Amino acid sequence: MNKIENQKAWFFVLPVLALVAFNAIIPLMTVVNYSVQETFGDNTFFWAGVMWFEQVLTSERFHASLGRQMIFTFSILAIEIPLGVLIALTMPRKGPWVPVCLVLMALPLLIPWNVVGAMWNIFALPDIGLLGRTLNAIGFDYNFTRQPGDAWFTMILMDVWHWTSLVVLLAYAGLVSIPDAYYQAAKIDGAKPLAIFRYIQLPKMKRVLTIAILLRFMDSFMIYTEPFVLTGGGPGNSTTLLSIDLVKIALGQFDLGPAAAMSLIYFLIILAMSWVFYTVMMRNEAN
Amino acid sequence: MRNLSRFVPALYILFLLLPIYWLVNMSFKTTNEILGDFTLWPREFTLENYITIFTDPTWYMGYVNSLAYVSINTVLSVAVALPAAYAFSRYRFLGDKHLFFWLLTNRMAPAAVFALPFFQLYSAVGLFDTYWAVALAHTLFNIPLAVWILEGFMSGVPKELDETAYVDGYSFPRFFIKIFIPTIAAGIGVAAFFCFMFSWVELLLAKTLTAVDAKPIAATMTRTASTSGYDLGLLAAAGTLTIIPGAIVIYFVRNYIARGFALGRV
Repeated sequence: MNKIENQKAWFFVLPVLALVAFNAIIPLMTVVNYSVQETFGDNTFFWAGVMWFEQVLTSERFHASLGRQMIFTFSILAIEIPLGVLIALTMPRKGPWVPVCLVLMALPLLIPWNVVGAMWNIFALPDIGLLGRTLNAIGFDYNFTRQPGDAWFTMILMDVWHWTSLVVLLAYAGLVSIPDAYYQAAKIDGAKPLAIFRYIQLPKMKRVLTIAILLRFMDSFMIYTEPFVLTGGGPGNSTTLLSIDLVKIALGQFDLGPAAAMSLIYFLIILAMSWVFYTVMMRNEAN
Repeated sequence: MRNLSRFVPALYILFLLLPIYWLVNMSFKTTNEILGDFTLWPREFTLENYITIFTDPTWYMGYVNSLAYVSINTVLSVAVALPAAYAFSRYRFLGDKHLFFWLLTNRMAPAAVFALPFFQLYSAVGLFDTYWAVALAHTLFNIPLAVWILEGFMSGVPKELDETAYVDGYSFPRFFIKIFIPTIAAGIGVAAFFCFMFSWVELLLAKTLTAVDAKPIAATMTRTASTSGYDLGLLAAAGTLTIIPGAIVIYFVRNYIARGFALGRV
């Protein structure tokens, strides 16, 4: 759409700007402030330069939780995106089952995050949970509160349960926007299902899938409540993701300097990655 | 092959419903049965857990508090996002693209980063432990989302609509309220739904910014789990009740959910 140049449009944006600036800039400046100062707990602060940044960037603890975060995020993306596309492809396009499917699939998205964690906790407990009990009954030695591997399995399964529907809904929206004529043309040409997927369906889903990857990347990188309620970051530190570690340092140990430096590094990583996705998305839109 | 593919969505929905079934099942059991036997169906069916929640103010006020700040947040976010989204969809102005991306960056800010500074900020302005603190804090990620969704929907409305209205002698405010808002009613509904959703499911900020008076239901649940032993039946009942508002609102926007997640641009 051709837009008109109009500087007065700024007035329309002002309320949003004021509210978001109050919420974003003041707290962010607080974080920046803490990140360059040292305190001994008596409310006097000293200039510390980049000391905290050096400390965080060279600390093994930070590397470990960043590593765990990366593994988690890429694992869930690798599962949720293909699985979501597969489910969207096999969903009915018309008929009375469509709204039923949509409502049931969207259900996990609206459950408070700590309830998701609590629900999976009681679902997976080896003694009283349906999943834990079943897995043990068929011969697996499964206990997510004791064994790191099981904790990871449960955490990833929980996220797949929680968020795959988002990918399904987006991919489905892309699919139903394809006119029937495309399929008829493909049929006349004698195209195989794989060719239809590769040359008709996938290009139509490209845009929505970029959004799905962007949203899933951001949200899984910021995840806190669900794994915290499920495992508490344990056993040991095995499921301590970045946010859990950060809250431990900031609100648990009250180490303001390191926590603030870590916050900024954390935020910058998400920002940089998301900017890449955003640029790709906008370029697609321009084409 | 065709019949086989029907099983994929069915199996997926079954997988989605299993943990929910287990939660609901547990909410109707007595503590003894939960810890003692392993039963797929409550043997001693009890409503005790629900009665506790509906008669104890520390429990049911949690729901009232959550619904209060979620509603304030939804109304506020959509109200300020409307004119901003209009500006982004209709005009070019200095720094518009940067502003748009900057708004999105706030959607990327981890709540864990903001928890402590928000606590200090809202304590300093005297809003700590009020509905407003949580409602305002949640605008951080809900306003950008609402602007994005509304902008997407508004860009689908041809500009000729605006021009025709001006030719017919409408002033801008009258055009906006009488013609434009009804035209994008679906978009407003979707934006409101998403604000509701993300404010309803968020816990870290809501918990950090409240103590007693405005404590959300989700935080009441974590407190019960840690202090008064581990009353699983009660926890399950409280959890079951948090699913209901979501289920109700989904029904109303079922045909628009996907378009909302695609930020109004499918």
